Amino acid sequence: MVSPNTEISYDSKIEGDLVVSRLDAVINWIRTNSMWPMPMGLACCAIELMAVAAARFDIARFGAEVMRFSPRQADCMIVAGTVTYKMAPQVRRIYDQMPAPKWVIAMGACASTGGMYRSYAVLQGVDRIVPVDVYVSGCPPRPEALLDALIKLQAKVRREPAAQRLFKT
Amino acid sequence: MTATTDVATALTERFPQVTARPSLDWPAFNVPVGQLLDVLRHLRDKCAFDLLVDVTAIDWSAAQSPRFTVVWHLLSTVRHTYVRLATDCADDANPAMPSATGLWPGANWHEREAYDMFGISFSGHPDLRRILMWDGYPYFPLRKEFPLAGLETALPDPAVAEETGAKVKPAPYMGGPFVAAAGGSMDEAEPRAKDQSWTEHQEKPV
Repeated sequence: MVSPNTEISYDSKIEGDLVVSRLDAVINWIRTNSMWPMPMGLACCAIELMAVAAARFDIARFGAEVMRFSPRQADCMIVAGTVTYKMAPQVRRIYDQMPAPKWVIAMGACASTGGMYRSYAVLQGVDRIVPVDVYVSGCPPRPEALLDALIKLQAKVRREPAAQRLFKT
Repeated sequence: MTATTDVATALTERFPQVTARPSLDWPAFNVPVGQLLDVLRHLRDKCAFDLLVDVTAIDWSAAQSPRFTVVWHLLSTVRHTYVRLATDCADDANPAMPSATGLWPGANWHEREAYDMFGISFSGHPDLRRILMWDGYPYFPLRKEFPLAGLETALPDPAVAEETGAKVKPAPYMGGPFVAAAGGSMDEAEPRAKDQSWTEHQEKPV
């Protein structure tokens, strides 16, 4: 015969190990520490992006080492390089294919502003077609600069009211 | 292959209408359109110029006629010398030129580039599409009347253009163009902004 449980407080014999926290904090903790990048390597910045992923700088320390070449599995698009007008729609389409929540890092001068390419062929800043969260200066930026951008993005994500957005239609 | 014969004499003997063209480095020739493919084939088969290095064009500006000149660079991998051929396009409005793809398959992309940048249509080309700009781009960017900053037009993808509201716009040129000064010391010749009196927010003074 099983007696009904009338206690409403926490019972460790029934529920096991438990940590009480805010939902925002939990969701953001998960998101910030497994931010899978979508490497939009379009020019020389992509070389620095590879260096960030390699052993010396090791972006895995920040949980962002899983470069996903499918936008469906990515959280953060790193636009590394010159975005030409010919390429711009594809960048936007890949961004559209990423599941929300999603973030964008504009890596380097070209992705941020068009850089030195004041030209008929080059999009003057990727923020004209996708919303950018963090801009990284440099031509190309040092790997440390990209790591700093990732840390800044994580700080930004930590401030987000994630729980509210979960139920927003 | 006529081993030591000068290319100039070899060519002008065979093709009397071919004339020498002023050149600072390698031998260069003006070739009439009608003889162009024969001259190219002769150079390839009889003079050992077996490698087509480049096909490009010159726009002498709309005021000039003939306006467009197509230029071929050939390399002999046997003699280790170059030769340059130039042919004027007869029609200034719709420049056309016979294609060299029948002689060198590598001419394919060179001619596509010349078509993309200058609008020269190469007759006999198997696949004359744009190569750098996207299909449907309305301008030929290396023509003299085309501004370096570009001209406003639509993005290649209409759906993305509608979603983002983005357009192809002229690049901002405040402080520019960034050009090197001729002459002077190396320090003075460094490319730098020539006119910083205007910005994105402040119109260029007339």
